[in-house]
Amino acid sequence: MHPVSRRDFVVALTSAGGGLLLGYSIGAPWHVATADAATPLEFEPNAFIRIGTDGRVTLIMGQVEMGQGMFTSMPMLVAEELEVGLDQVRLEHAPPDEKRYVNPIFGIQATGGSTSVMGLYGPLRRAGATARTMLVAAAAQAWEVDPASCRAHRGTVTHTPTGRKLSYGALAGRAAKLPVPAEVPLKDPKDFKLIGTPAKRLDTPEKVNGKAQFAIDVRVPGVAIATVAASPVLGGKVAGLDEEKARAIKGVRQVVKLDEVVAVVADHMWAAKQGLAALAIRWDDGPNATISTADVVRGLDEASQQPGVVARKEGDAAAAIAAATKKLDAVYQVPFLAHTTMEPPSCTVHVRKDGCEVWTSSQVLGRAQATAAQVTGFPLEQVVVHNHLLGGGFGRKLEVDYVTQAVRIAKQVEGPVKVVWTREEDVQHDVYRPYYYDRIAAGLDAQGKPTAWTHRIAGPSILARWLPPAFKDGLDVDALDGAVHLQYDIPAIQIEYVRHEEPVLNTGFWRGVGVTHNTFVIESFVDELAAAAQQDPFEYRRALLAKSPRARAVLELAAKHAGWGAKLPAGWGRGIALMYSGWDTYLAEVADVEVSKAGDVRVRRLVCAVDCGTVVNPDIVKAQIEGGAIYGITGALWGEITLKNGRVEQSNFNNYRALRMNETPAIEVHLVRNFEKPGGMGEPGTAVTAPALANAIFAATGKRLRKLPVGDQLRSA
Amino acid sequence: MATLNINGREVTVDVPADMPVLWVLRDVVGLTGTKFGCGIAACGACTIHLDGNPTRSCVTPVSAAVGKRITTIEAIGETPAGKKVQRAWLDLEVVQCGYCQSGQIMSATALLAKRPHPSDADIDAAMSGNICRCGTYVRIRAAIKQAARGSAPAAKGA
Repeated sequence: MHPVSRRDFVVALTSAGGGLLLGYSIGAPWHVATADAATPLEFEPNAFIRIGTDGRVTLIMGQVEMGQGMFTSMPMLVAEELEVGLDQVRLEHAPPDEKRYVNPIFGIQATGGSTSVMGLYGPLRRAGATARTMLVAAAAQAWEVDPASCRAHRGTVTHTPTGRKLSYGALAGRAAKLPVPAEVPLKDPKDFKLIGTPAKRLDTPEKVNGKAQFAIDVRVPGVAIATVAASPVLGGKVAGLDEEKARAIKGVRQVVKLDEVVAVVADHMWAAKQGLAALAIRWDDGPNATISTADVVRGLDEASQQPGVVARKEGDAAAAIAAATKKLDAVYQVPFLAHTTMEPPSCTVHVRKDGCEVWTSSQVLGRAQATAAQVTGFPLEQVVVHNHLLGGGFGRKLEVDYVTQAVRIAKQVEGPVKVVWTREEDVQHDVYRPYYYDRIAAGLDAQGKPTAWTHRIAGPSILARWLPPAFKDGLDVDALDGAVHLQYDIPAIQIEYVRHEEPVLNTGFWRGVGVTHNTFVIESFVDELAAAAQQDPFEYRRALLAKSPRARAVLELAAKHAGWGAKLPAGWGRGIALMYSGWDTYLAEVADVEVSKAGDVRVRRLVCAVDCGTVVNPDIVKAQIEGGAIYGITGALWGEITLKNGRVEQSNFNNYRALRMNETPAIEVHLVRNFEKPGGMGEPGTAVTAPALANAIFAATGKRLRKLPVGDQLRSA
Repeated sequence: MATLNINGREVTVDVPADMPVLWVLRDVVGLTGTKFGCGIAACGACTIHLDGNPTRSCVTPVSAAVGKRITTIEAIGETPAGKKVQRAWLDLEVVQCGYCQSGQIMSATALLAKRPHPSDADIDAAMSGNICRCGTYVRIRAAIKQAARGSAPAAKGA
């Protein structure tokens, strides 16, 4: 796969749901210089499809592949309407282009937030249908027949009455000269041949034989390898180092010293690592030198005592709680979390006199280009960015800090340089999931039914920094996601947000972010209400979901398959949780855990039921839930980044633990199939898991955990 | 100077004796299928075979590999067990991001080469040194069993 820059011109801008500007373009193929301009070699009806006169169909992937199946589900959307088989297409990473490859939900070129299928289900099908319509029109023109008498199938147009056939390749030149239709009909979902099938993934054959190219695998001729150490305290600076000692190591070429980061540039990573260690860098820690996690929590606690901006209000919740038969209130906390993508951040950069070239893996390619342009001073056109497969994303690569840093280093280096972070650098200089601090309360009537619910979330706003237009009226829709979508039928509800920035760590998106945190809080607290009402937690929830039939259906389905109510072995507990958010996906999970006498938790079984509306690829949906749940178990049981003297205390997988094979439960996933609007699937599995586990732990031990991770909270003192 | 046998080829490299095999493979020889994940033998992404034994190349100095057969992911498909494992991985759609899968496949292949019909406990013992952050463990276990059976994939319902 190779990114290319093309010289297409935009001939039409079509607005689609959420303000998408889909850049339809024709003509001027990128290597037009070799062709007779009158007979284009290729047909590019839009930003996503290129068909050569040799019949080769190339789909250009604006959404990046980080394991979530984009390089299969996105082609399925295009191929379904284009009438080609997945075996007939090749894929290419899209170049940076904020307009043509815009994610309509974010308004920039971004892959994340479980938004790809939600945002592009319509646009990519239209892209395929537009191309197919033009190819059919070209055939009809050649045969001088009515297009309605022709049909397309597997890359060939057939004139049905006479059986004449022309391949897409043979039609590409003619189709390229036709006007782009403004409106094209899309298939009725009942006629789908590809969408809804467990089609084989297109990205995996090269991932089992070592051929797949991740950013860290890029080998540009003459490239040097660099590794870095940034100030261990945010805001600190380099105070001194022993450059001579590093330069004495064989293979070390250069030491690059910037204000807050040092890079050792070498022939290979081993020399770079040895060189970095030899520098014995001394740091001026700056203003955050004494900060610990307790300071952060104190700040959040104080902030959470102030009223917040109201995000949802029904009735007078405070009055209803005051008048309730029974009142419950609680404080919930979730910690800073690192991502630990298996591929550590890596970026190769070559700054030349006339431009800059970047090879990396990013969830926001346009931003990678923009930061390189900003650092080098070159205009965007002189910054070429090649994207690669991501060795895990989870939100980490929605940030371009590692690209910015690599370009700053590369400016000081003659020739190309590949910057590779060590795992320690990754764990200690991540852009972390924020610490959130929530106050939640409810009132119950004499029957134990909730009459009122208040939920105040205190934490930083990622969106205010990352996507300022999305931060409106003091509300961060991500921080509130899931909380404002509370599905339970409660007469009085008030949800508030208190923005509180703690600039001692950089914070950003994680798998689920707001929803993952809010679902833990909401679903744990509903469990508390059920316990206070002395009712079964499944039946208690079910009774509150009369107005949300899809939520109730997944809850019932998960409970049914889990055998809810059956007796469990001693020491085991069973918990349930429900998730719904702006992703428009309904997911319920039943978790079985075993808690040892010593307080160790083993997750034994997860049963999930999901309704994500139209399913593009059921096997990928299942994989996302399985994997999302495992990411969620890791986070819930052990995930915690802590600060001491301004420094992150964790450093690698030995002290920032990840779930392993021998700790993995059985996972069952049951899908509800329908043709509702497609929902997001990357993150729900993570979001629903922590509360399911916490509720199962409560069932097993009677201990309510209001703070994550579980860690050693269950250990006997 | 060290002469290594990598995937059946003799390769001479001019590197320090304490340089981990991982970086020799990736940065000197140019075989990038073997991945860097942690550098402390805690994640298994860098797993290779030395004389058929699964080995964390990030902590194995090149001096310890001299005189042994190094096998990497690029050549594992040439072994009967490796071929079966790769097939099962694709049949069951184990892979997500794929970054850890070189190491997973190397560990699984070494297991099956020694124990053609592993128990769940064998799988746990052989595979628990390999971290997958995408969370593909359920399918890895199923794929190892399928590779052991050598059977066709079970029909997948939706």
